[in-house]
Amino acid sequence: MDFPLFHLDFMGNRMLVAVIAILHVLINHALAVGFAPLVTLLEFRGYLKSKTKPEEGKVWDETARKLMFFAFVITTTVGALTGVGIWFAASLANPASLGSLIRVFYFAWFTEWIVFVLEVIFIMVYFLTWKKSNESPKNKRRHILFGVWLSIFSWLTMAIIVGILGFMMDPGSWVEKNSLVTGFLNPLYLPQLVFRTPVAMMMAGTVALMFVAYVMKKQNQWKTGILKYISFWILLWMPVAASGAFLYYWHIPRAMIGNLPVALGTQQFQDWYGSLITVMIVVIAIGFTVGILGTFSPRRLPKHLLIIPVIASFLFLGTFERIREFIRKPYVIGNYMYANGILVEEYPLYKETGLLPHTPYASMSTITESNKLAAGEAVFTLACTRCHTTHGISSVVRKFERMYGTENPLNEEAMKVYMQNMHNVRHYMPPFPGNDTELNALAAYLAEQQKRPKTLEGPQIKGVDVKEIKY
Amino acid sequence: MMLTVLNQIPVPKDIPLPMPLPEWLLVIILVFSFLLHILFINIMIGGGVLTFWYELKGKKNKDYDNLAREIAATITVNKSLAVVLGVAPLLSINVLYTLYFYSSNALTGNIWISIVPWVAVSFLLFYLHKYSWDRLADNKPVHLGILGIAVFSFLLIPFIFLTNINLMLFPERWGEIQGFFDALTLPNVFPRYFHFITASMAVTGLFLAFWFGRKGFKTKGKFESLSKNEIKKQMLNLALVATGLQFIFGPLLFLTLPAKGITWGLFWVILAGATLAGIVLYQLWKMINAQSNIPGKRFYLVLGLFTFLVAFMGTGRHMYRESALSTHKKMMAERTAAHWDAVRQAHENLLLPQVESEAGSYTPGQNIFQTNCVICHAPATRLIGPSMAEAVPVYENNADALKQWIKEPGRKRMDYPPMAGFPHFTEKQLTDVANYVLQTEWN
Repeated sequence: MDFPLFHLDFMGNRMLVAVIAILHVLINHALAVGFAPLVTLLEFRGYLKSKTKPEEGKVWDETARKLMFFAFVITTTVGALTGVGIWFAASLANPASLGSLIRVFYFAWFTEWIVFVLEVIFIMVYFLTWKKSNESPKNKRRHILFGVWLSIFSWLTMAIIVGILGFMMDPGSWVEKNSLVTGFLNPLYLPQLVFRTPVAMMMAGTVALMFVAYVMKKQNQWKTGILKYISFWILLWMPVAASGAFLYYWHIPRAMIGNLPVALGTQQFQDWYGSLITVMIVVIAIGFTVGILGTFSPRRLPKHLLIIPVIASFLFLGTFERIREFIRKPYVIGNYMYANGILVEEYPLYKETGLLPHTPYASMSTITESNKLAAGEAVFTLACTRCHTTHGISSVVRKFERMYGTENPLNEEAMKVYMQNMHNVRHYMPPFPGNDTELNALAAYLAEQQKRPKTLEGPQIKGVDVKEIKY
Repeated sequence: MMLTVLNQIPVPKDIPLPMPLPEWLLVIILVFSFLLHILFINIMIGGGVLTFWYELKGKKNKDYDNLAREIAATITVNKSLAVVLGVAPLLSINVLYTLYFYSSNALTGNIWISIVPWVAVSFLLFYLHKYSWDRLADNKPVHLGILGIAVFSFLLIPFIFLTNINLMLFPERWGEIQGFFDALTLPNVFPRYFHFITASMAVTGLFLAFWFGRKGFKTKGKFESLSKNEIKKQMLNLALVATGLQFIFGPLLFLTLPAKGITWGLFWVILAGATLAGIVLYQLWKMINAQSNIPGKRFYLVLGLFTFLVAFMGTGRHMYRESALSTHKKMMAERTAAHWDAVRQAHENLLLPQVESEAGSYTPGQNIFQTNCVICHAPATRLIGPSMAEAVPVYENNADALKQWIKEPGRKRMDYPPMAGFPHFTEKQLTDVANYVLQTEWN
């Protein structure tokens, strides 16, 4: 309503956010939260070994350094930028919601930022002083200590963020008590943390295993020892990851009782929840297999198949991430703002007077027979485009075609009845926010879009219409 | 009511939530954290340019190749700090200027979001360049090519930020802008850009003079003929020339600022900054001629003066933004207040006794049917689900089965999508709607 609404008519705004966010979470969990302790441990092992077998100790140390090099390069480039990118993309996709969230969570994000700065400093100190640390045992010990600090701060950034996310999703706490503590008391907080921590460790292990298998030469006599150690690391974390996953799995429906009509009513959620158990069993089985095989017979690890556990562990996390989508709908901020960026409290006004008179970014305020289609497009932009496109991903036209079939052109009357009441049946949909004339215009626009498809360009390409508003 | 001509000025409503901190404190955080962020951005960009320059020079004189390598090593650290220190000002500008910042982001959206992959790739190229120095020692064109792309990116990316931050100051222009390149050509973007790049070179000169002047930096073994003093001199010369150039770019920037935000206060603050710049220039000149120690007394003096200079300029920048937006902010506040009055009025209207309407005469069962079932079921025609005329006979005299079905439906007709369930309906609601469905004539 109050922003020019950035819109990608093929990919959809949500996909943009999703791509950046998923990339960030995977890098963060595998290469920061999980890698830091794993690498530190490998370095520590190397240090212990070097006391009796200096040559072997050196190989361990060098392998740990190479692993860290890889993590350092990726986290400080793609990792860091996708982190900022989530902000950029989210503010484009739903400026009203990010603008609101940031007013309430300023302190939380600020705290997160301080921890984050420290994490960056530690990762630089840790990696960039590595070669120097090999000059004396004393330096080495101090260096390992930096690794420990890095591990702690990497984990802390994750622990704080999970709390913030928990608070944002908790339907009650946003409206009633504006305290961040509720985020950490959220019933899903601990299960999430108990799940994410070992999965991050497992992810790091699978990546490290593949990395070592490819980077170290076959002739290197210490290679099997290192592979064995990393496999053992995976194996050790597997029971924790498995129980964390089951704990989380068990808690999800219980935590969602507050959103009952939202969650349990949707077929999608049921399908997802049902398939979750399969994913869990498969991934845990793969994890155990790799762990056991590598621990007891590292030579038999099939080098080219080591990508499988990496993908599996990434999928593991990714599948669970989907829950946030289920929990929040139809809101973007629980009970406060709908996914379309419109406040629950504003609905009575918009239902009464329509949306168009209240936005400066549509050329018309009233709908006539001659501007009906243009008005329909404006209403579509305001009410639908945060999640839907015309013909791309999550296309509105295709959704209607799937319901009504394609034998006959879309029926405007039927679509109107549908959109007027959809929130009662499709609980993830917000109610239509405008008045009846706007609904007519929207239905006409959608029918026209089916007949003569036309890409809806966002303001980043076609600019915005501006009109004066009386107040 | 405002008296200005409102034509074409979008007046949105503000976010109806209080600021997390008093505004003045947020402003201090914003200006301070932004300057810190930009300091590292400056030496990151300047460092990139100098690395390229010295590596190019290094093709003739190996010493300069080594110097370039030393500078490249600082970029890794500076660029990471630059990114992470950018988060605090980003948060703060998001809070303080939500409506302005997000609007200009959206209007230049595709280029704005391209910052993410573009910067990430440039950073990767810097690493590639840094860690392939020995391997590509005999293949300088490729090595320089990698660096060239990265540095070129660094030189272009500031345009995106500057365009955005400039566009947000002029809501009256938002209606005319069609995409990034339109916004780029608004007055003031280019003067800002040259001012910024020159500042980057000046800051980098000062930083590297310190970096190579410090006690811990040993030239032994690294250079054949290049002395510490010579490096220092070159860096200070750079700082001197760049600061001097600002006496061209600075006034150019000031004179091209659209008049709407210029006040006398701003003028004095900028003038004070410029005066300090003059003193810095003089001190740099003396430092170069006297070959002063770095770090040393005079260096600290220059550093102190420079800090004040930057603080003045940063303050001026903020003052311009504030006064450029002050009228619009007032209009926005008025409209927001009016809007929330209207919202309250609409809530009160809801409480008024309903005018007798069709909906008012519905029975409870009919009511449920009209707000839920009609979405998919019409009396006699196929919609998303089958027509009622077709579906009802199945449950003739069997209300319980119908209730069970509504609560947890399955799938009966394979040529229709499965029906959505209503597990949240109460027993009464189920009974009402089932009775209504079974007692109505559907034809």
